[in-house]
Amino acid sequence: MSVPFYLLPADGAQSATRLDSLALCLLLLTGAVALGVLAMMIVFCVRYRASSKAARGHPPVKDLGVEIAWTLIPLLLFLGLYAWGAVDYAALYRPDPAATPVFVVAKQWMWKAEHRNGRREVGELHLPLGRPVRVVLTAQDVIHSFFVPAFRIKQDAVPGRYTAIGFTPSRAGEYQLFCAEFCGTEHAMMTGKIVVMPPSDYARWLAEGPRQPGMAERGFALFRSYGCSGCHAAGSSVHAPDLTGLLGRRVHLQDGRELTADEAYVRDSILVPRKDVVAGYEPIMPSFAGQIGEEDLLAIIEYIRESGHDQRTERP
Amino acid sequence: MTSAQSDLELEEKGTRAGTSYLAEGYTLRSWLTTRDHKRIALLYAVSITLFFFLGGIAAALIRLELATPQGDLVSADTYNKLFTAHGVIMVWLFLIPSIPSVLGNFLMPLMIGARDLAFPRLNLASWYLYLAGGAIVLWALLAGGVDTGWTFYTPFSTMFSNSHVVLALTGVLVVGFSSILTGLNFIVTVHTMRAPGMGWFRLPLFVWANYATSLILVLATPVLAMTLVLVAIERMFQVGIFDPALGGDPLLFQHLFWFYSHPAVYIMVLPAMGVASEIIPCFARRPVFGYRFMAYAILAIAVIGFLVWGHHMFVSGQSVYAGMVFSLLSFMVAVPSAIKVFNWTATLYKGRISFGAPMLYALGFVGLFTVGGLTGLFLAALALDVHLSDTYFVVAHFHYIMVGGSVMAYLGGIHFWWPKVTGRMYSEAWGRLAAVVIFAGFNLTFFPQYLLGYAGMPRRYHSYPEEFQLLHVLSSAGAVTLAVGYLLPLGYLAWSLRYGRAAPANPWQATGLEWQTASPPPVHNFAQPPVVARGPYAYHTQ
Amino acid sequence: MSPMNTRIAEQFSSREQQAFAGTFGMWVFIASELLFFAPLLFGYFYLRTHYPAACAVASRHTDFLLGTANTAVLLSSSFLMALAAQAAEARRRSRARWLLVAVAALGVAFLVIKGVEYHAEFQEQLFPGAGFRSQAPPGMELFFLLYFALTGLHALHLTVGILVCLAMAAGLRHPEPQWPSGEAVEFAGLYWHFVDLVWIFLYPLVYLVGRAGG
Repeated sequence: MSVPFYLLPADGAQSATRLDSLALCLLLLTGAVALGVLAMMIVFCVRYRASSKAARGHPPVKDLGVEIAWTLIPLLLFLGLYAWGAVDYAALYRPDPAATPVFVVAKQWMWKAEHRNGRREVGELHLPLGRPVRVVLTAQDVIHSFFVPAFRIKQDAVPGRYTAIGFTPSRAGEYQLFCAEFCGTEHAMMTGKIVVMPPSDYARWLAEGPRQPGMAERGFALFRSYGCSGCHAAGSSVHAPDLTGLLGRRVHLQDGRELTADEAYVRDSILVPRKDVVAGYEPIMPSFAGQIGEEDLLAIIEYIRESGHDQRTERP
Repeated sequence: MTSAQSDLELEEKGTRAGTSYLAEGYTLRSWLTTRDHKRIALLYAVSITLFFFLGGIAAALIRLELATPQGDLVSADTYNKLFTAHGVIMVWLFLIPSIPSVLGNFLMPLMIGARDLAFPRLNLASWYLYLAGGAIVLWALLAGGVDTGWTFYTPFSTMFSNSHVVLALTGVLVVGFSSILTGLNFIVTVHTMRAPGMGWFRLPLFVWANYATSLILVLATPVLAMTLVLVAIERMFQVGIFDPALGGDPLLFQHLFWFYSHPAVYIMVLPAMGVASEIIPCFARRPVFGYRFMAYAILAIAVIGFLVWGHHMFVSGQSVYAGMVFSLLSFMVAVPSAIKVFNWTATLYKGRISFGAPMLYALGFVGLFTVGGLTGLFLAALALDVHLSDTYFVVAHFHYIMVGGSVMAYLGGIHFWWPKVTGRMYSEAWGRLAAVVIFAGFNLTFFPQYLLGYAGMPRRYHSYPEEFQLLHVLSSAGAVTLAVGYLLPLGYLAWSLRYGRAAPANPWQATGLEWQTASPPPVHNFAQPPVVARGPYAYHTQ
Repeated sequence: MSPMNTRIAEQFSSREQQAFAGTFGMWVFIASELLFFAPLLFGYFYLRTHYPAACAVASRHTDFLLGTANTAVLLSSSFLMALAAQAAEARRRSRARWLLVAVAALGVAFLVIKGVEYHAEFQEQLFPGAGFRSQAPPGMELFFLLYFALTGLHALHLTVGILVCLAMAAGLRHPEPQWPSGEAVEFAGLYWHFVDLVWIFLYPLVYLVGRAGG
């Protein structure tokens, strides 16, 4: 069977090309050093082999200048490489408000994804070409890792918290998705497919498929069915914090701390409500630990995120 | 060093100092209750060799499985247990004790002119602890194995694995105590038992290297012990420390684990650097270049090595800020290693170089360590690590350092000091052949793995997509060669014990106090305590 | 200075070297022991930063009276230990022997008091695990895990110290150069003081969190 073999995976994301340049730069630099050292070793071994008549008078045992030189020059080169790597790394994690979020839940041994409009997939992830994407990850059981070689991105999916990474697919096609953190028996089988389509095709694809409510709409239904609106809705007799537009807001807690509400904070408040009690409120909220699954939690969070805006409609 | 003396004089001195340590009692009991650091070194040598081949069998099965893309040799669970066994055995039962407990135990007192280590009974206790820990790990393997990987990441290891995790952890815990006691012994010995005139900057670099390693052993291993205990507690009592479902934090485990396990890799490589620093000046017949820088570089590696553990966690969900700090420090720790490589190369300049087996191993070490170390830079660069983490690139990187580096240096040391330890010469022809076969086999096995990693092949995969097969086949072919290379020394070294030429006190005409006494040394090492008047590596080329 | 008829072990070349090696060795050992406690202390500070209220509530469930009594017990034992080391160095072996027995007795008293505390804590369902009391604020169970781990590790070290004291007391019945030498008692003293020092740090971390200022 002849299968196309490649040394370099396809260049599937905007950051991938840049990363390959960094890798190439490193390869040239380290290659030069390695070959240089190797060459010197060979030259010396040949020239100064026991049987040769080369001049060996006064072999130097130390040279401060040389030592400082080969300390400082690598140091400076390393600082440069560090800076490049750090800048590109930060770009992967900088939250981009224009990015389309996609919610991925990893579990032994499959990838489950949900788009904002409610379209779900298992083992596959459809993405729009040329638009920034933010993958929000969590795991249901053990640590997994979302790895797409073609995009040169990888992010662990950790149970109990949300992690995220951003990228912009730059080439239409299908790409391999691997799990890159050992997660048990079928770790090697926990693969998937990333499908990148032109935005119009993607919009059509989103609209097709089993009709189901968008995440925020689903979240609203859950918000009511679990009784959250009983305390948190505007007309409630119970004194509970208002959740409208919560995400991104500064929250003051009872013990004096302050934090910015993010997905993790909302999740913790639902599962471990006594952890970060808001200042001025009693710790009377019951815990929903074990009652609400990961995908439902994400939906509720999406509802809360959208509650700050006026419309709660599906958005591609 | 004491002034040059003929081998015959030294032999006579040796016999006046007492019988050879090998002849002092032939019973099993005399070996199992010995307090002689030289005998304890041999006890370690036999036990770690057994574990090396056990770990090697696991590796052979892994490479055999990976020669085809399908998981067709063993089941997925068995494969997972194989790579776990390979990692646990090779890290804790082979690499960490290898050079310190075999070569270090034998040579440290000799090199500083002492009669033994500071605490000989503690030294024997270390070996028994090592055996006990090894036995417990073996028990875990025989009882059905562990499938968590040698890194025991939570919550998989605490809540989801159905294998003998606690048993394996206990074995590692016990071996850890062995490490701590050995490290303690070395530190006290170097501080308190140096011969008159042996100041710190007259110490051979092998002693510096083992001293720095001992600092890490004593300070880092307890953290591992506690971390493993916490894992066992969570697993046995379902208390939430690392499992988020019970309110714990999986990243806490990673921080605690890598706080030990990163310095652990320096435990594995620093002694190897010490060995290279002994062999190269001897076979180049000239002093090492930049002795002080070499000594300071060793200390710098040990110290900075404690500060970089987060580079194993760049994609784990730790903060971006933490990633930036750890990446910077990781680039810093590469600088002293680079200094050492340049200094070794400069030690060849204007030398009078011969290519005995030890030198082939030492030169191979320098080359392979350089490649391995340079690829560490790829991994230290944050953005690149996002792509390369948890792929075969990392596997190749650490095998270049641990196998291409440490194992080659260990073998080089075994050959270099073989005449001193056994009183016999091994066959140079076979020694050189094995070195070349190992070097070739090693590169064929592991270089393709760099390419596999960049192409996207993840680690710990039992089966894989077809497009990776060519590189895997090359790697497995290399593994066969490497296995042959490792078996050769077993053969010719064992042969030399019976039929090898008797070794003179100083067959390599090396400097160093260990060569100023008979081969094999008498029980108390020296007839009279040596007095040191010169620095190390006082070789002259002319 | 060690007395003249202390045996020198064969690996050492002089009495001074042996004494220095012993002291230095004990300090290196103590350094490694500190690193055993370090991960637990790190966990404690992590917990205290993220769940300060829960730590205060949990600490109020510990027995302040017994904890303070234990601190007094250990401090006294350290004082007696210093006297014992001094006596042994001065070759007053009989005096040293009785002092060591007293130290061991105080150590046992500490363990008994600790046992009483543990028993009460089991009764109140404060032992972490499946049986931990419900309705506890998050973080409280982890506090108690660290409490049992830290005090348990400490008690383990203390037990070793007690056994060493008793062994040395038995050995001190015989005159020199029988083990233990004055030096050996001094090393044991170093270890004992270390165990005491660990407790001095543990005490406020465990017992005084929610109690300062009423």
